[in-house]
Amino acid sequence: MFSTLKRALAVSLCLASLTSPALARSGTDVTFVQAVEPQGLDPTSGSPVAAGQVTWENVFEGLVAIDRNGQIQPQLARSWQISEDGLTYRFALQPDVQFHNGTPFSSASAKFTLDRLLSDQSTNGQKALFSAIETVEAPDPQTLVLHLSHPDSDLLYWLGFPAAVMVDPASAASNATQPVGTGPFKVDEWRKGDRVLMSAWDGYWGTKPALSHVTARFIADPQAQSAALQSGQVDIISEFAAPELFDRFTKDARFTTHVGSGEMEVVAGMNNARKPFDDLRVRQALQMSIDRSMLIEAVKSGYGTPIGTHFSPASPYYEDLTGEYPYDPARARQLLAEAGYPDGFAFTFKVPTRSYAQRSAEILQAFFQQIGVTATIEPSTFPATWIQDVFKDSNYDMTIIGHAEPMDIGIYARSPYYFNYHSEAFSAALSAISQARDEAARAAGYHKAQEILAHDLPALFLYSDPKLGVWKAGLTGVWENGPVPANDMTDVRWTSD
Amino acid sequence: MPWVKTVFKRLAGLALTVLAASVVIFLAVSLAPGDPAQIMLGTSAQPDTLAALRRQLGLDQPLVWQYLHWLGGIVTGDLGRSYTYGTPVATLIGQKLLVTLPLTALATALALAIALPLGVWSADRPNGPVDILGQILSQFGIAIPNFWIGLLLILGLALGTGWFPSGGFEGWDTGPSALLSLILPAIALALPQAAVLTRVTRTAVLDITGQDFIRTARAKGLSRQRALWQHVLPNALVPVVTMLGLQIPFLISGAVLVENVFNLPGIGSLAYQALAQRDLIVVQNTVLLFATLTLVSNALVDLAYLALDPRLRSRS
Repeated sequence: MFSTLKRALAVSLCLASLTSPALARSGTDVTFVQAVEPQGLDPTSGSPVAAGQVTWENVFEGLVAIDRNGQIQPQLARSWQISEDGLTYRFALQPDVQFHNGTPFSSASAKFTLDRLLSDQSTNGQKALFSAIETVEAPDPQTLVLHLSHPDSDLLYWLGFPAAVMVDPASAASNATQPVGTGPFKVDEWRKGDRVLMSAWDGYWGTKPALSHVTARFIADPQAQSAALQSGQVDIISEFAAPELFDRFTKDARFTTHVGSGEMEVVAGMNNARKPFDDLRVRQALQMSIDRSMLIEAVKSGYGTPIGTHFSPASPYYEDLTGEYPYDPARARQLLAEAGYPDGFAFTFKVPTRSYAQRSAEILQAFFQQIGVTATIEPSTFPATWIQDVFKDSNYDMTIIGHAEPMDIGIYARSPYYFNYHSEAFSAALSAISQARDEAARAAGYHKAQEILAHDLPALFLYSDPKLGVWKAGLTGVWENGPVPANDMTDVRWTSD
Repeated sequence: MPWVKTVFKRLAGLALTVLAASVVIFLAVSLAPGDPAQIMLGTSAQPDTLAALRRQLGLDQPLVWQYLHWLGGIVTGDLGRSYTYGTPVATLIGQKLLVTLPLTALATALALAIALPLGVWSADRPNGPVDILGQILSQFGIAIPNFWIGLLLILGLALGTGWFPSGGFEGWDTGPSALLSLILPAIALALPQAAVLTRVTRTAVLDITGQDFIRTARAKGLSRQRALWQHVLPNALVPVVTMLGLQIPFLISGAVLVENVFNLPGIGSLAYQALAQRDLIVVQNTVLLFATLTLVSNALVDLAYLALDPRLRSRS
């Protein structure tokens, strides 16, 4: 009832905004909103997404960085060489870089950071991405050498992730509450449950940002986010979660809006180890019973891109494979009959308590009903119950979830993983990507992997979430697309009063 | 003084109940589905990373050890460290109380400021225009949930006029203007409470006014006003105080919703978020705090009876 009432008020909230005072503002302060408050401000421990959204690029920097176009750029490493066999990476580090506490950054801190990430005591949720690194050497203060156990063409990309930012040995243990990085902003205060206050740091080695103060506000509810923006309390929402309110902002001259591409793929994962989902024909039938465009219209007010495999249009390797199993209920019924279910079947649909998931599940339920398949929706509290029930115990038939990590196609080769999908062809394609010596081979590998998934359907591929950005008119430099979940404020500035 | 013994017995009972509550809370929280380490690390974590985090959080220890460790901590003033924030829970709760206590105090004061005069006025002139209006309004107040009132206030007063922030809390260091952030949430929290208290006050005053001892006092020449202030009100306060005490749990649960609507970093929001993220140590401590507050308020109601009603003192 709570959410229904809130939804009912949403439109009225927008109407009321038309009468609220002008919001134009100038200066050097910016407040951005993110829905999830991080669990500690250290992106190198725990799950890095929310921590990275506050601190990545603002407070912490990596050896390399992923830029707003998804490309790898030098950062604390100004250049690098990769050996012929792909097993040795030699980085030349930036000189004269300091951490916020005055400690110089050197190959010793870089070695400490990577050793800590890889150690047995590591609590870095992304540790697996760096498993190719065997040893780390620091032959001189400005040189860092990585020795790999096997080639990994993605490694450089992962090193640009929030999970691999550089930390200072002396302050690493307290970064969760008092982060110390090399970035242009330092954290002044974290008011838990509410906001993180940051200010420009005098000792920054690179180009100084235009902003002097940056505040991260944590507001989970999209309606509350919208109200905060309209009443002038915040300046930027880079991932607005209420598409039904978005149109209002696009028509309001006080705001700039942008529909960017995001990395989130929404998929209905199936337990491939359970009947009847172990039968490819059943999975194909379910996929063909879904009109993805209608789903996006109903769930996301039309904002979203249909996907046919586990890749978002934001990726450089994206391929549109929605034609593999187009909407065709008649063919779907035929496939079900071939699989031995002429009268359909019934199953339990465990749906996490997130509005996009709940809404999508209701629409899917109606689509499935058209081909005689009955889905009983069972809400599963997210994250706690869902992670235990679906993710850890694989105790489910079908679920629905958005996968937010970029380039995370490798999850389908993981065992155990909640899809319980096993394909030698797919594992071989992934291994070819790792071994790739050039960009063409890498791209070919990613295309192959996408095509295998699009054919095998370990999950029903639904849509890619756009990145709906709303910010005050007069702000420039905000990231419009989301190759990495981030609120990078280093290029943001006010241009007008 | 036998009533001292009563007070003492009541306090001992209270301590035992809190202890029992701590066992129930600990078990309920620990046995709830959802592994805190897995939730913190997300879906990409490997088993060895999970094991390392579980070790670090002490989750690999037996449940009895974990419970005793927690209990020992409470006795020595160490409530443990939040899994998600990495800061001591006591500090965290302290910071949140700086928002929630002023909020609930403001709401209670507001509720009393509305309910007492309105209830007395209504009882003094039953079925008059104020009484009828008061009854209609209190019916609305009881029926409408406080988070809904909060949403209406955001719509009407925060966005409509721009006088109040639509949510969030600037912090007390910004000075008295921080109080502005609490006014709308306090109204949202106070109105349903005021509605109930108005009805209780009205009924209690009417009830006492109709009793023989008031009639006798009036027959002996006591003025209407003096009878009301000297005899009716002190007696009518007993049910009002009871209701106020019984409303503490509702005030707490209401604060959870209202704090979420207004995005206030109070203890309600903390508990809500900690539960979602399985920050078990924070959930245990906040729920125990809520339980203790409820039990203590009940005990205070009992003690208030003793103070307000001399007959109970002599009986005990």
